Amino acid sequence: MSNKPKPISQPESDKYWNGLKNNEIWIQKCKTTNNYQFYPRAHCINCTKNDIEWVKVNGEATLFSFAIVFLAPIPEFAEDVPYINALIKLKEGPIIPTNLVNINPDPEKIKIGMKLKPVFEKIDETLTLLKFEPSKQTAN
Amino acid sequence: MPNFNKLKNISGNTSIVGVAESDQIGKVPEKSPLALHAEAASNALNDAGLKFSDVDGLFTAGWSTLDVAEYLGIQPRFTDSTSVGGSSFVIHIAHAIAAISAGYCEVALITHGQSGRSDRAPLSRHEGIPMIQYEYPYGIIGPPSSYSLACSRYMHLYGEDKTREAMANIAVSTRKWANLNPKAYFYNKEMTLDDYHDSRWVSWPFHLLDCCLVTDAGAAIVITTKDRAKDLRKKSVNILGIGEGHDHSMISQMPDLTKAFGTKTGPQAIKMSGINLEDIDLAMVYDSFTFTVLVSLENIGFCNPGEGPEFLLEKTISPGGNFPLNTNGGGLSYTHPGMYGIFTIVEAVRQLRNEAQDRQIDNCNIALAHGTGGLLSSTATVILGT
Repeated sequence: MSNKPKPISQPESDKYWNGLKNNEIWIQKCKTTNNYQFYPRAHCINCTKNDIEWVKVNGEATLFSFAIVFLAPIPEFAEDVPYINALIKLKEGPIIPTNLVNINPDPEKIKIGMKLKPVFEKIDETLTLLKFEPSKQTAN
Repeated sequence: MPNFNKLKNISGNTSIVGVAESDQIGKVPEKSPLALHAEAASNALNDAGLKFSDVDGLFTAGWSTLDVAEYLGIQPRFTDSTSVGGSSFVIHIAHAIAAISAGYCEVALITHGQSGRSDRAPLSRHEGIPMIQYEYPYGIIGPPSSYSLACSRYMHLYGEDKTREAMANIAVSTRKWANLNPKAYFYNKEMTLDDYHDSRWVSWPFHLLDCCLVTDAGAAIVITTKDRAKDLRKKSVNILGIGEGHDHSMISQMPDLTKAFGTKTGPQAIKMSGINLEDIDLAMVYDSFTFTVLVSLENIGFCNPGEGPEFLLEKTISPGGNFPLNTNGGGLSYTHPGMYGIFTIVEAVRQLRNEAQDRQIDNCNIALAHGTGGLLSSTATVILGT
């Protein structure tokens, strides 16, 4: 059993975390402004209305920024270093915090702007995390 | 939006009359955080020539003022526990001058105490907050993780080599100031550029020597009306302009990774004070990381976005230079208990009073202090003058 921090889903984010358990990515879209948002909220942060629908997206994304962790912030991540923290930009617009996997943790190899696809990492029956890896076109 | 007509009416009407650290800073396992609050508060009031019974406004962060007031044994008539990270104590100055100007209180005490190194009881938060829900499971935890994500994007946009050179310069120059400050954690330890480049990676692109210290320390500030300040012990330092605010909490929600809220608070403080950036004799810029200084200088308006490295090549920020920066040795080399912002004010006041001993700069009449808190989340900029 991993002792890493697990998300405590809140009522407005159950749909997101439950979707990941089925290898699906669900994000919110405002029906008034057509704005996509991450993370899930009870209202649209653009127009403040709660006229929101959930849409399933395929996870196509680009790398927005990354950092390579060598000193684990808490002991539970010590076995993982070096690992790659990433902010990825979905093609729909929202930025999601995640890890970049299946690529060497080498700043020369990792290019901001590179194309990414989702990797569903099942932690246990209650949790699947959404990570990303280079899509085939840019894999090295 | 800020009403500058009203802000200009209170510009210069309040003064900082007392500043102090706790008796010891650095490694202080024998004192609790609340003891550090109390010790610093007592020292700052003594610096001002005031007593605990004179205090009617209390401000603190990381703790509730309920607990701090009870521990100190005071009963404030204005109370503010605004806690938005290390910038909080600079933000408290804005709240203190508002409270004093409106008549809620006359003597404001801002206290800080934190045992980042030795605390027996770490602070905790609601685990359902978005930061813990969406970033922590991936190991995006704590300031080095988050600030390095911002720095990496900055390097991508503006160039890695020149950014690295600027960060190395900030680390080494700040250490040189610390070597002049007997209270600095690294007073007796010099740093070369090689030391910087050879230090291990914490979270690429941050070397260990890009990162602030983790210490135990307390500090306090006393503020009152300009009129009352005239009768007190030390030369008063007037609060000329200030701005505060924030635009996100966790790093993945930062609207622009290379522009923190200093883009708003810097210009606001300058405009309220009626001075120009060229008039500033001392810049005390919160240095949680070398990168924080670089991006803050741009945000405040000293140079354009992406031109911080060129600005630092034009200026000399080390002792004897033409742009004195973080003369106490900063969070990088003096002290950083976790929320460092108050120490930028302590040093600015000492320089303005000509009390900075070996590190005293010449003709210090106007100082800027800039706090950054959370994960580049909150900022506050204040202009102080004699």
